[in-house]
Amino acid sequence: MKNQQTLRHADFPLSPRAGVMPGKGAAFLKSFRKLCRNPLSASGVVIVAVLLILAMAAPWIATHDPLVQDLSRVLSAPSAAHWFGTDEYGRDIFSRIVYGSRVTLYIIFLVTIIVGPIGLLIGTVSGYFGGWVDSVFMRITDIFISFPSLVLALAFVAALGPGLEHAVIAIALTSWPPVARLARAETMTFRKSDYVVAAQLQGASAARILFHYIAIMCLPSLIVRLTMNMATVILTAAALGFLGLGAQPPLPEWGAMISTGRSYMLESWWLVAFPGAAIMLVSLAFNLLGDGLRDLLDPRTE
Amino acid sequence: MTRSRYLGLLRKLGVIAITLFGLLTMTFIIGRLMPIDPVLAVVGPDADSSTYEQVFREMGLDRPVWVQYQYYLQAMLSGDFGRAILTGSPVVDDILRVLPATIELATVAILVGVGLGIPLGVYAATHRGRLGDHLTRLITLFGYSTPVFWVGMVGLIVFYAWLNWAGAAGRIGFAYDGMFESYTGFYLIDTLLSGNLEAFFSALRHIALPALILGLNSVSFLGRMTRSFMLEQLSQEYIKTARVKGLSERSVIWKHAFKNIRVQLLTIVALAYGGLLEGAVLIETVFAWPGFGQYLTDSLLMGDMNAVMASVLFIGLVFVFLNLLSDVLYTLFDPRTRS
Repeated sequence: MKNQQTLRHADFPLSPRAGVMPGKGAAFLKSFRKLCRNPLSASGVVIVAVLLILAMAAPWIATHDPLVQDLSRVLSAPSAAHWFGTDEYGRDIFSRIVYGSRVTLYIIFLVTIIVGPIGLLIGTVSGYFGGWVDSVFMRITDIFISFPSLVLALAFVAALGPGLEHAVIAIALTSWPPVARLARAETMTFRKSDYVVAAQLQGASAARILFHYIAIMCLPSLIVRLTMNMATVILTAAALGFLGLGAQPPLPEWGAMISTGRSYMLESWWLVAFPGAAIMLVSLAFNLLGDGLRDLLDPRTE
Repeated sequence: MTRSRYLGLLRKLGVIAITLFGLLTMTFIIGRLMPIDPVLAVVGPDADSSTYEQVFREMGLDRPVWVQYQYYLQAMLSGDFGRAILTGSPVVDDILRVLPATIELATVAILVGVGLGIPLGVYAATHRGRLGDHLTRLITLFGYSTPVFWVGMVGLIVFYAWLNWAGAAGRIGFAYDGMFESYTGFYLIDTLLSGNLEAFFSALRHIALPALILGLNSVSFLGRMTRSFMLEQLSQEYIKTARVKGLSERSVIWKHAFKNIRVQLLTIVALAYGGLLEGAVLIETVFAWPGFGQYLTDSLLMGDMNAVMASVLFIGLVFVFLNLLSDVLYTLFDPRTRS
């Protein structure tokens, strides 16, 4: 049965892209294997997997409690007892980084589930209907894009007050426009295609066409964009944390760790070196993954 | 200029006007979101209720929101951005005072970006699919993925604390402060014009590290863009012709392909310059560089909303302007747009 399904899938592509979309079962595995064949994207996959494992198994992987202070071991250098050293309150930096992966994933996840649907909705609606709807939406998008995202996020957090949730809202507010633009561009290429016209002739409603025929087709490039966006989200969140506007201490957010470690960095380099390396690795992983996914899902580019 | 080009220009200006109007609306809305009572920020917590009432009315807060919005637009359009609480002077004066430091930093950084990024991109494009290309891809991805403030701190630890190559925070050594005439506000130029070489080298030692690190992001951006522009050119027929003619590879790459992407690159460099402002906010904080970025973060931490909103608006303006500039450059230099 399963075999049959794959056969059908390959022989009669349901949509112009069905062949390259990670469809069901075998097709997905095949794409995944193709992704892992490129060493760069494979390392991206590995790092993201490690991040997920760290977050899920944090209590078992961490060697110390991330919040418990030990004033007899303040600012001690990396050693066998504390792999990445301790901070100004004697907390174990390795354990804080392990638990910090949860904060990072939390931010990435929230921002992505806010930005994806909103960008998709605005983009497909303005691409499909065109006319004044399109003009209005695209002018609004232009306005958001004319601020660099970090600066706009700074302004929002300044108005809302510091905090993790506010940082998430601010980052989401600043990162939907590129997604919307992409969805719009994609929609414009599908809007006039035969299968959409066929659906229109059958009397499908605009909402049905948007969700069942167009949004689906935008997904591959949208996933690529969102994956790459995750790298930016991590950097912006860390920057907000660094400026003291994102996650607040004692929460072990990596950017906030660097921010508090800054006062001691010239003598105790490990306070800033390790959390920053973690940010860089994870951001790099999502960039590598996005790059690999683009080559896989979007053969037009490159 | 033909009529259609005038129309195109008018259309562009119209879009810019709408964008500017949107920027103002956005800063107004953000200002409204503020949980801090703006009256209390002015009168202080000890003021009695009659003073409070008076200031409340003076600030127009008893009027309907749309009237407030109208006042806001009027004030902004006449260039009145209010006073900064931190310095007590008009925000515009503050911004103009700190701006040269940021322009100096960003200009040196963009030179780094152009000097490293473009050759890197050309190299990757001409070695497509080979090891050098993959390495370039990895390097540029690293550039995109590293938090610039963290690289700044690591740079300070290594090159200042350990090796003592770089100068410490600030624009110049304390000993040289005020030891030269201020002609332009750019220390590298002012020290040279004053003939004070020692001060010049001190300024150079201070700017080198932050500018280099700030430039890393544009190295990645320009490198990637150059690569894809070059690949597009190298796949064209005229390149094949040039090769068949027996031209040297060097002349094919630089005299033919590269010559055709210069205009595209110019517009991209203008955009990259705007992107540097974002990095400058963080890098200036790390290096205590007394520029626009530090002014913005200082005001943020003080809750000085006048200064913050004016700074944000200013950055938006710079972005719109650079976008326009990049369009204009394209029209001016691209031979195809000449009639």
